[in-house]
Parts: sequence; structure tokens; C-alpha cells
Amino acid sequence: MKTVEEIKAAIEAAVPGAGVEFVSNPSASAQHSLRIAPQSAVAVAKFLRDDADLAFDFLSNVTGVDWPDKEIAEKVKVMRWVTKTVDGPDGQKVDQPVEETVEETRKRIESGCLEVVYHLYSVGKKHGPLVLRMRTVNRTDQVDLPSLTPVWRSAELQEREVFDLYGVVFGGHPDLRRLLMWDGFKDHPMRRDYVEPDDFEYEPTPHDEVLKRAQERENREQRTEGPRDRGLAAG
Amino acid sequence: MTVVENKAERAEGWNRPQVIEPDGEGELLEVAMGPHHPSTHGVFRMDVALDGERVVRLKPVFGYLHRNHEKIAEGASYLASMPYTDRLDYFCSLTNNWAYALAVEKLVGQVVPERAEYIRVILAELTRVQNHASSIGFLIQEMGASGTPLMYAFKEREKILDLFESLTGSRMMCNYMRFGGCRVDVSASWLDATRKVVAGLPAFVDEFEALLSSNEILMARCQGVGILRPELAINAGVSGPMLRGSGVNYDVRKVDHYGIYDRFKFRIPLGDHGDIYDRYMVRILEMRESIKIIEQALRDLPAGPIMDTRAKLRGFRPKPGEAYGRIEAPKGELGFYLISDGGLNPYRYRVRPPSLINLTILEDMCLGHNVADVVLIFGSVDIVLGEVDR
Amino acid sequence: MLGDGILKGMAETARNFFGSFVSDERLTTVEYPEQRIPTVEAARVFPFLVYDGANWEAGMRCVACQICEKECPPKCIYIEKSADKKPDFVGKQQFYPTRFDIDVSVCMSCQICVEVCPFEAIKMDTQFELATEDRFGGLLYDRKELSRSNEYYHSIHPTEAGEVDARLAEEKAKVEARAKAAAEAAAAKAAAAANPTQLAGGGS
Repeated sequence: MKTVEEIKAAIEAAVPGAGVEFVSNPSASAQHSLRIAPQSAVAVAKFLRDDADLAFDFLSNVTGVDWPDKEIAEKVKVMRWVTKTVDGPDGQKVDQPVEETVEETRKRIESGCLEVVYHLYSVGKKHGPLVLRMRTVNRTDQVDLPSLTPVWRSAELQEREVFDLYGVVFGGHPDLRRLLMWDGFKDHPMRRDYVEPDDFEYEPTPHDEVLKRAQERENREQRTEGPRDRGLAAG
Repeated sequence: MTVVENKAERAEGWNRPQVIEPDGEGELLEVAMGPHHPSTHGVFRMDVALDGERVVRLKPVFGYLHRNHEKIAEGASYLASMPYTDRLDYFCSLTNNWAYALAVEKLVGQVVPERAEYIRVILAELTRVQNHASSIGFLIQEMGASGTPLMYAFKEREKILDLFESLTGSRMMCNYMRFGGCRVDVSASWLDATRKVVAGLPAFVDEFEALLSSNEILMARCQGVGILRPELAINAGVSGPMLRGSGVNYDVRKVDHYGIYDRFKFRIPLGDHGDIYDRYMVRILEMRESIKIIEQALRDLPAGPIMDTRAKLRGFRPKPGEAYGRIEAPKGELGFYLISDGGLNPYRYRVRPPSLINLTILEDMCLGHNVADVVLIFGSVDIVLGEVDR
Repeated sequence: MLGDGILKGMAETARNFFGSFVSDERLTTVEYPEQRIPTVEAARVFPFLVYDGANWEAGMRCVACQICEKECPPKCIYIEKSADKKPDFVGKQQFYPTRFDIDVSVCMSCQICVEVCPFEAIKMDTQFELATEDRFGGLLYDRKELSRSNEYYHSIHPTEAGEVDARLAEEKAKVEARAKAAAEAAAAKAAAAANPTQLAGGGS
């Protein structure tokens, strides 16, 4: 198999303006990947499938990854005027403005995104995996990506799963419905900021986070309807 | 009954299901097969539209057994996910263990000792034999032979499960493999018992074949039904005996040579027509090849340690990075995709479930057939709902 | 001839049917509550806590380190650490659990608690008939219900228990040897202190 860099060059030669980016993988597996621009994704996918040398005809795995918004705290050095009491020339204390370097922590929010990862193999040439990735603009309103189901049918159920659990909207998917959650369900459970509804029976030995949540509910219920005979009481 | 071929769509959407138009006499009948239907191997629903007896549309509905295995694993340590993998495809917990261990070993670059590799091969192939035997048993059960072939398969499966129990402590939830090796070593008595069971397996497959392979009813029901074209099978990511039943020579054991599979001599059985009978036959022949592999592995099993000395149980923190590891599980290509951020828990943990992806083309295989054949075609895919819904 | 295959299959079924009257090999099931298959040594059902000696409270090996609680995949273990300490099998002062609960309805018998325990304190039982009518109280085992003697452990997992005992004895011997060496050194020092004339040239 060609190396990932060679495949990148081949894609760039075949699909002008493909916007392919090499993503290095520092782990022992050394499965490096290519991040492709969403607008040229279908063209790139067709090239990878139909090119005689590459022939990635088998799309093995499709999955989503959630990269939430990150708050980045940076220490910045700032020059600032401060008033300081210094010894005056005649021995008296005098207030005087002095320029000083102060360290200041500034916070900024780095916008997160949803990522979809495709693992490709070739049945004919028996090589792989080639890892393709695509990113959405953000996690809230611009979550569209092109579907690769028209190119590889095996993406059909897996992209539905990513839509269901992560909320990536695949344009061009023939049948984009929820796969595992029911139709009326609102949220996307695999996102990292997903809060599960507090509607289940706690085990009798809650601890850690579950204990905290069980106690919160216990308190809430005591305020509203008095103690119940189930749940925490048994623990 | 006419098959509409939309020319414009054919160029683009050749891999989509055909559109079958009803013959116009009478109304379409919409049937929800499942979630509680004896043939669905669990809780699974197929919304079928019938024109008389013929299927004109079929939409599978998933999620009745969904428990978000992946989310649970992302909140647990790497080790704590190992027993959960048993519960994916609960017929083949040992191959699930192996696939997960393989992905983690790829992620951290661990080397597995020789002896552990041989033990893994023996256990995985025993798993394959018992899975194929019982999946054929279920298929015949759905054909109407209520019980007999299934009980023959279960009789043999019982012996293999006894071996699993005496080694791992549990019959089905084995939780046996660890990153960099296996949990406990095999004893001489266990190996003797295994040799005895394996010596009896060829006679069992012969008996099973005498019972079924030339049975006229089985042939009439299975041949020419549920045909899957090889190019569609590849395009739809179908793997395992389904893919090889369609005549595509692709077996991860031969392609990736994961573990030590390059040391064994075995062949890959392939089908000619891609119908149910070919899938049945591929499974029978795969059992025979698996028995050969087990015999070779038992013969060559070396002495030595069973765990990598650098392996760690507690406080296991892989370096940041990602890895995709896959094996040839009895149902198809089972893969695990892991992203590590250097912490105790995987940042992303993904299972590539062969059972779910093999169902992508269920509609394509069923269209135009009778409703009774849907049950058979579905049975020939060989799925376990624990893995489909995760 | 059409029907050959069916006849062949029928013959196979008949062979098995009549064979089951003469060969025990073909009988694979037993009548469960009356007849029992002996449990295998490696079998694992639910965990129990091992104690040494006769008193379960004094001899409990658990030191409430809470590693099993953290590693348990379904989080079914609940431990409260004591404020005071008691001596363990080598005589070292250790904490002990004032509360050790396992919810066996949540436990999935995976044996990870056993593997991660550095003190050989938690092991797997082979008892599986645990059905009860009370889901909350009956399936929640406290530390008294969970304690089993080391002799019981030997009776269900003889090989494994033998290895564990050997390991613990070795550790104890090591600790005792160290203590003995320390005591000898201390005695020598004390003797030296009591007899200062010997030190006269040492310039202490």
C-alpha cells in the first residue's frame, strides 16, 4: 500500500482543491489519517474507491467523535501603570506611578466540532486501513457534512447512528432517521456534555456521582411530596 | 410485478434497493414483524410491506436492546470495559475479548507472548465452531425443523462451553483476555479435555451434514433465495461468512495475519451463488477448517509466560493517539476504534459491529421474496441483538 | 432420488434416538434440582471476603483500600473506611472496612475486583442459588454476609487458595525476618548503649 502521504498527493493530483490535510497519530499503531474538506468529500471518496491503484472498495467503520468547546486559559504578560510608594529624594515617602509587567490570565473559548471518522480497506488489493476524517464547523448550528452513503452503502446504517448519537446531519443520505434511539428523542447521547434524564431507579448502593444525584433527587422529592419508600432509603 | 429500473438513478444509485411496484390488485399489507417474534433472535423489528405474499418494502427497526455500551466504556477504565465486551455478541465472548485486547495492544504497542497467542487462537476457533453450529441450528429451526438440528448443535456447543467454564470460570461471559496476554494459564488436564472434544468435532460435523446438507426441503427452501451479489456485498461492508458466501475471498485472518494466523494452514471456503444455501455451506466448511487450525495450535503450543511483563492492570494510561484493531469474528469483521487522550478512560471507544452492518442489505436480499423466506434470509445473516444495538 | 436426503437425515436421528438407550455419551442433560453437576474449580459467581482464623471481624483481610470499589465496572461495591486501625496478618496496623456492601443484583461476576485486590481479600464464590423475594434488602450483602473463612476458600478453590496461602506465608516470613533483623539491630544498639565502655574509643 502507498503511504498516507502518497495517497494525499494522489488525491490532490486527481481532485483539484481537495483540501486534504495530513493528521499524524503519535500512538504505537501509527495509523495516520487524512482530514478532507467537506465540500470535496464525495469527489475524494469516489476517487479513492474507483482508482485502480488504491481501490478502497470496502468502507469498514464510520464513527463520530465529539470535541467540545474548550476553555483555554493563557497567561499573558501585560505592561501596566501602578502607583507605588517610593522613597523621595528628601527622605519622604512619595506616591509615584510606575510601569510594571503583570501576569494576567486570559480565558478564551476555542470552538469545538463534531468529527466523523471513516476506516477504508481494499478487498481487491487487500490493503488498509486508510483513515479519513471530516469536521463540522461547530457543534450547534453548522453540523452538516456530506454523506458518503452513495459511494459506500455500508455507511448507511453507521451514518444514521452518528446522526442519532452525535447529531451530525448528513446531506445526501437517502434515509436519515434515528437508528438506536426512538424517533421522539431530543438529545444526542454520545456527546460529551449530554446529561442523562433523572428518571431511573437508583440501585440500593449508590456512591460517587450516583450517590450525589440520588441524594439530590431525594431532597427534591422530600421538598415536594415527602419521602418515598423506595430508592435511597433501602441503601 | 415489475421491477422498475430508473436509468438515471442506476448510474448513481446502483447500490440502493430495487423499487418494486405492486401489481395493483388489492391493497398493500403492512406488517410489523417483531419486536417479539420468534424468528428475530431477540428484540428486533422489520416493518414489511406485502403485496399478497411478496415483500415490496422492508425497513429494519433497531434499538430495542440499546444500552449505549460505547458511552459506558468512555466513562470506565480500559480494563473495566473488558467484561462489557463479553455482552456484545454473547455467543462469542472470547473473540470480542480478543478484538478489544488487540485494539488496545495496537494503541500501546504491546507484544503478546507466544503461548498466549496460541491459547487465543484455540479459544477463538472453538468459539467459531460453536457459533456456526448453533447459528445453523437456529436457521433450520426457523425453517420449521423445530428443535432436532438445533439440539444436535447445542449438544456439541455444551462440550465447548464446558471447556470455557473450566478455563475461564464462566460459560458465556468469559472475560478472559487481557492487554498483553491472557488471564490464567491452561493446565495439562484442560488441554487433554480439549484434545478429546476436538477429536470428536469432525464426527459431529459429519453427522450434522448427514442430517441436513442433502435434505431436499432444505435445498428447496435455501437455494436461489436471498441472493447477494458480490459487488453489492463489498460495497455494503458485509463481512464474514455472508461475504464469503457471495464468493468474495476476504478473511481478516488471511489479510491482516493478526495474532499468529500466518503459521497455520487453512483454506477459505467460498460460495458460488450468494444464496442462503451457500452461506450455510460456508459455515459448515469453516467449522472443518477451524478444527484443522485448533489441531495445529494444540500440536504446536509452546511453553512460556502468558502475560507481557510490561502489562499493567491498574493505572493503565495509554499515550495519546488512536488505533483501529479488527479480527475475523464468527459473524464478520469485528473492530474496535479507540482514541486515547492520555487519561485512564478512553476518549472515544467505538465498536464496529458486524451484525449491524451485515443487516444493511437485508432489504435488498428480501425484496420480491415470500414473507416466509424473510425469516430464513434474516436467519442466514446470523446476528446477535446484543451486538446490533449495543 | 427425491427424498434420499430426508431418509438419510431420518436414519441419523434414529441412530441418535436408539443410541441414547445404550450410550451415556449421548445423554447430555441432567434433571437439575435432584441431580447436580459438580461445579468446576474455576467457576465464579459472586465475590466474598476472606478472613483468617475464627472471628470474621478480627481476621478480615480487607484493609478498605477501595481499589475494588474504583475498578468495579458496574460499581456495585460500597466501602466505608474505619477511623481506627487493627492489626493485619503480619501484625501491621491497617484500616478495615466499617461497611462493605455488594449489590449482587448489579454485580456481573466479572472477577475484576479479585484481580486488582493487592491483599488477597476478595475472592469469587461458586454458590449460585441466591434467589430471594426481596430485591432491595435480600440482594444487598453487607460485610458479615460476605465474609467466608479461609477454610471455605480452600474447599471451593483448593489450587488457587494454596497458591495464595503460600504467597501470604512468604510475605509474612519476609516481614518477620525484617522485624527480627530490626529487633536484633535494636537489641545490639540497646546493648551498646547499656554498655558504654565499649564505645569509649568510638568517639560517639
